[in-house]
Amino acid sequence: MGAVILMPALSPTMTEGKLARWLKKEGDAVKSGDVIAEIETDKATMEVEAVDEGTITSILVSEGTEGVAVNSPIAELDGGAGAAAQTMHGITNKNPRENEKMIADSGTRQRMEGTVPAAPHTPPPSAEKDWGPTKPITVRDALRDAMAAEMRADKDVFLMGEEVAQYQGAYKISQGLLDEFGAKRVIDTPITEHGFTGMAVGAAMTGLKPIVEFMTFNFSMQAIDQIINSAAKTLYMSGGQLGCQIVFRGPNGAASRVAAQHSQCYASWYAHCPGLKVLAPWNAADAKGLLRAAIRDPNPVIFLENEIMYGHTFECPTDDDFILPIGKAKVEREGTDVTIVAFSIMVGMAMQAAEKLAEQGISAEVINLRSIRPLDTETIANSVRKTNRLVTLEEGWPFAGIGAEVAMQMVEACFDHLDAPPVRVHGLDIPMPYAANLEKLALPRLEQVVDAVKSVTYK
Amino acid sequence: MAQATETTSKRRGKGKEPPIARDDLLKAYRDMLLIRRFEEKAGQLYGMGLIGGFCHLYIGQEAVVVGVQMCLKSGDEVITSYRDHGHMLATGMEARGVMAELTGRIGGYSKGKGGSMHMFSREKGFYGGHGIVGAQVSLGTGLAFANWYREDGAIAVTYFGEGASNQGQVYESMNLAALFKLPCIYVIENNKYGMGTSVERASASRDLSQNGAAWGIPGEQVNGMDVVAVREAAERAAAYCRANKGPYLLEMKTYRYRGHSMSDPAKYRTREEVQKMRETSDCIETARKLLVDQFAATEAELKVIDDDVKAIVQDAADFAQQSPEPPESELWTDVLVETK
Repeated sequence: MGAVILMPALSPTMTEGKLARWLKKEGDAVKSGDVIAEIETDKATMEVEAVDEGTITSILVSEGTEGVAVNSPIAELDGGAGAAAQTMHGITNKNPRENEKMIADSGTRQRMEGTVPAAPHTPPPSAEKDWGPTKPITVRDALRDAMAAEMRADKDVFLMGEEVAQYQGAYKISQGLLDEFGAKRVIDTPITEHGFTGMAVGAAMTGLKPIVEFMTFNFSMQAIDQIINSAAKTLYMSGGQLGCQIVFRGPNGAASRVAAQHSQCYASWYAHCPGLKVLAPWNAADAKGLLRAAIRDPNPVIFLENEIMYGHTFECPTDDDFILPIGKAKVEREGTDVTIVAFSIMVGMAMQAAEKLAEQGISAEVINLRSIRPLDTETIANSVRKTNRLVTLEEGWPFAGIGAEVAMQMVEACFDHLDAPPVRVHGLDIPMPYAANLEKLALPRLEQVVDAVKSVTYK
Repeated sequence: MAQATETTSKRRGKGKEPPIARDDLLKAYRDMLLIRRFEEKAGQLYGMGLIGGFCHLYIGQEAVVVGVQMCLKSGDEVITSYRDHGHMLATGMEARGVMAELTGRIGGYSKGKGGSMHMFSREKGFYGGHGIVGAQVSLGTGLAFANWYREDGAIAVTYFGEGASNQGQVYESMNLAALFKLPCIYVIENNKYGMGTSVERASASRDLSQNGAAWGIPGEQVNGMDVVAVREAAERAAAYCRANKGPYLLEMKTYRYRGHSMSDPAKYRTREEVQKMRETSDCIETARKLLVDQFAATEAELKVIDDDVKAIVQDAADFAQQSPEPPESELWTDVLVETK
């Protein structure tokens, strides 16, 4: 049975090459693995190995020939039982119709490149329900209570991180958890973010549900490869087989006077990546309700807390089942003249600005995003359609920031309703300075929010 | 605690009790041959343009994964790098599904969305298939962590190359594994070259089996071209891990015949070096010789295995070309697990 040896492609981009040298001649016997020729591309010289055994009956392309197209016949082989299988003939003879279909399909694929199917639209979850009586607690206790409740309910949930156990948490978020759950479920790790994050992701791939505390999110950069390449992408790369139920939590953004390496907002970094959910609570109810939802969510969730908020006290529902939906923003204050969109600690500043603006006769609606990804564009758009004006507020840098994304989404969703270009209030586009006066200037200030609102309302 | 013994079948003299049962060796021979033929076919399909992107072949190293796998039980986990087709076949994943993933078809293990470096089978305990050098070492430590957490008696095998062995997270992981006494076998597949850089030019250590010595992790250098030696060493490692003594390190001295990936011309080593390894140390030839010399295997008996393997690979290649490409709706599935 005769067979044809074809010009092989030696890289995904190779279309043709030079047949530099034959190492076998007509009449030579070859077996699997023998080098039969050398091929030169613009990048390299490569050896061509025989795949199966047989005898070379004729050489069709002489050595030194340039521009030999990939998949064109270069020699004929006679013999061995497996010989036919190494050729395109072997395949076309076997199933010619399938082969034609393959070629037709590849043509279709090229034509389809301009018409990629649109992303499915997921309707946001229904509005927040009324959870009844509340009591005042700190954000710190709300976070602890959320973890404790989920750990009681599910033995696969555990907490790991630096100083989370014996030290009771660098910021005392895990106070009392070691006593209640023991050293196997509240685990002190060495200071090795890359290693322990990868370890937690691996454990999550088997079905465990780790909560990984970063002492601050600044240190998550050491582990960002494991978060994005391993945690966020594996579900897709496995065709849906291997999910990763894991929460990465800790303080994010500027604290106070800790300078550039310890004062940075990661909302935009993580929100950029498909396969992750990104949450940012403001008050105690957000912290408790969203963290419980994050721990139960079957996907990797980035949970961005704020150190300054830990000690603040807010009313929080006392219902044992209290939980908040992921992907739903909250209108914290209703208004008619302008929409201020903020998240985390900046929601407080937006509320203060609204208060000040009210004194001046301007009615501001304040939206607490709660969830950065997925983003509740519907709630924001409904508000903008009513107020016709948008101001975004964040601590992070402006370039490719959350404000930029919210503004663009509103331009796409309700351009005709906007009576003024949206305005972003944000941290300055610089590393955070240490000096008290400079740090103050680098972060958003209340008067900037008020001014931004006045500029979009032309007042 | 740490030992540095090179185990090899050469020390076995004639007349001694064979170190492996006939059926086990026959199975090892078949499994290694399946990987070899599968990889040759993958290389061929790549040459025809049916496989795209990166394609890292395991040819030459087959004894490592086959020997280690013989010591594993149901429930144990395996994880490796991007040179992963052999590991998938060794854990029992179907050749069809692996080859169809290589061609990017819906019949592939990841529905065509992962490719050569990203396939998984929870059922077979295979956790990938990872494209970032060294990342699987932390993940594999996490698999062992899960066994420790659940106290289920299972162990995790984490494979990586000698190139990855210089990554920082490898050492972070070894420290964690030793600290928590995690049941993890670290297998360094030292094939002498991290892409084009020889181990001598990349690692200050000459004995990678001692890379866990700082944390008291016992290590052995093993002749990774000898499936019997590999199995013996893996038995010791598995017993150690199953006894809850913590992690164990095996450095498998092996060799890849092909380039780092399909587009690697491999000019960093001589053709003679490759040829010499193939002629003197090939794991399949060694096993075949042992079968004939010590177990009186006949040519006819071995030919049945050869033909069986060839048929599986041809069937996989046919399937991989006939399975359709994933439908465009697959673009948007599996990004997140859907929630209510």
